[in-house]
Amino acid sequence: MTHFKSIAACLAMLGCGAMALPASANTILEAYKAESKTVFSAVAGEKLYKTVGPNQLSCASCHTDSPKNVGKHAKTNKPIEPMAPSANPKRFTDTAQVEKWFKRNCNDALGRACTTQEKGDFVTYMLSVK
Amino acid sequence: MKFLKPLLMAMLAAACLGAQAKYSGEDRGKPVMPSQVNTKWATECASCHMAFPPGLLPAASWKKLMAGLDKHFGSDASLPAADTQEITDYLVKYGSNRWTASTAPMRITESAWFKSKHDSGEINPAVWKRESVKSASNCQACHSGADKGDFNERNIRIPK
Repeated sequence: MTHFKSIAACLAMLGCGAMALPASANTILEAYKAESKTVFSAVAGEKLYKTVGPNQLSCASCHTDSPKNVGKHAKTNKPIEPMAPSANPKRFTDTAQVEKWFKRNCNDALGRACTTQEKGDFVTYMLSVK
Repeated sequence: MKFLKPLLMAMLAAACLGAQAKYSGEDRGKPVMPSQVNTKWATECASCHMAFPPGLLPAASWKKLMAGLDKHFGSDASLPAADTQEITDYLVKYGSNRWTASTAPMRITESAWFKSKHDSGEINPAVWKRESVKSASNCQACHSGADKGDFNERNIRIPK
């Protein structure tokens, strides 16, 4: 019976562990984690944000030095809402949007597609900006 | 009386040609913006620049442009296939209804009607280079209602 109890307690803990992700958990980031099975780094994400690619463009070219700022499209001058969720909670909540912009902007800024590792690092960095 | 008929025909033909020759057949549509706008077109195009009214270019231009979104004037503007299709259909349906030339420019600023309306006699070429204007594709710098299809001359204000 004591065995039974401890097994039940274990199961309950596992269940809770799986359901109660920390309140800050981001489902898009979790999906990248599940895909890459690696650890993501905010430092690496920040480095990627500032990397200037073959077209002399970086993320910062339009999104400014801080992703908390309102940016400006390098060609059209159109204002760009802040990218950091701390300044703009709508960011990184819609998988299709995130994938659409990674495809476009990795191509424009880096001249190639981003890896899942890079996307994970990048989102980790964005979520860490307070 | 024998000569009258061919003469009339010739005059009619000349009048037709004259009408067709407006902007060498490269005329914007009327209206430039349909009364019902497509939501996807509005959201997606306007995420980087003003969503240009469909009537500013002919259907053939929009088809070409939408087929090359991954290389859109030097930027990757690619969209999922279903969205590309929906927006293409909208632009093609409401493309210029007064464009008779077989031309299909990729840039609105390359069309004869645009050049004629913005010739250097009326607008100093330096105006286009102002930081407040930046580019001739920035309609709203001077036409504040451009996003709603309003290009009325009375509403033009050229910024400093």
